[in-house]
Amino acid sequence: MIALYTLMEGVIAFFLIAGSIFALIGSLGLARMKDFYMRLHGPSKISTLGVGCVLLASIAYFSLLNGGPSLQELLITIFLFITAPVSAHLLSKSALHQKLPRDPRTRGNPEELQEDDDETTLEEAPQGSSKLP
Amino acid sequence: MLDFALKISVALFAIAIVLNLYRVAVGPSLPDRILALDTMYVNSIALIVLFGIWLGHRTYFEAALLIAMLGFVSTVAVCKYLLRGDIIE
Repeated sequence: MIALYTLMEGVIAFFLIAGSIFALIGSLGLARMKDFYMRLHGPSKISTLGVGCVLLASIAYFSLLNGGPSLQELLITIFLFITAPVSAHLLSKSALHQKLPRDPRTRGNPEELQEDDDETTLEEAPQGSSKLP
Repeated sequence: MLDFALKISVALFAIAIVLNLYRVAVGPSLPDRILALDTMYVNSIALIVLFGIWLGHRTYFEAALLIAMLGFVSTVAVCKYLLRGDIIE
């Protein structure tokens, strides 16, 4: 019985450390990356792996403490797994709507960020002609 | 061993929240700040769960669930406001 407790303590400690290291890596990416489209990567790691590991540790700890399965933390896990892609999608849509600047190394060429040449030439032409004496 | 791991993970989550706070303060655009706030509420859920493990109590689970739901709703509301100029049309 004591061997079981020691083993479970090691498992819980491993999940806690792994989850917090994942959260730290995600937040470091959020703080250090160059443009918004890169920064969007970090929080997905936090909300799936980081908090997921911590909630698994909590499930194991309270199951051991109460002597029976306690699966209430799975609610938070499932909720975060469902809502994280939805909020990331809405954030990227709002960033594309605001036409945020991007790093040249960011790949892809979405049509929201493409500058249509016809409109710019049409806008520049009257300004150029108005500057003439 | 569990006490030591708890202290280390609380410290790492606190550092993560400070980094998110830096992005909230500095972030050059509005979606950056919303993204940092979104990350901050996820991190605070983990901190509350860790606090519950520390005290050995189940009371803090409901607080974490409430923060998860309200944080998601607020993120969606602010994003809809940025996209459409209105939340409920």
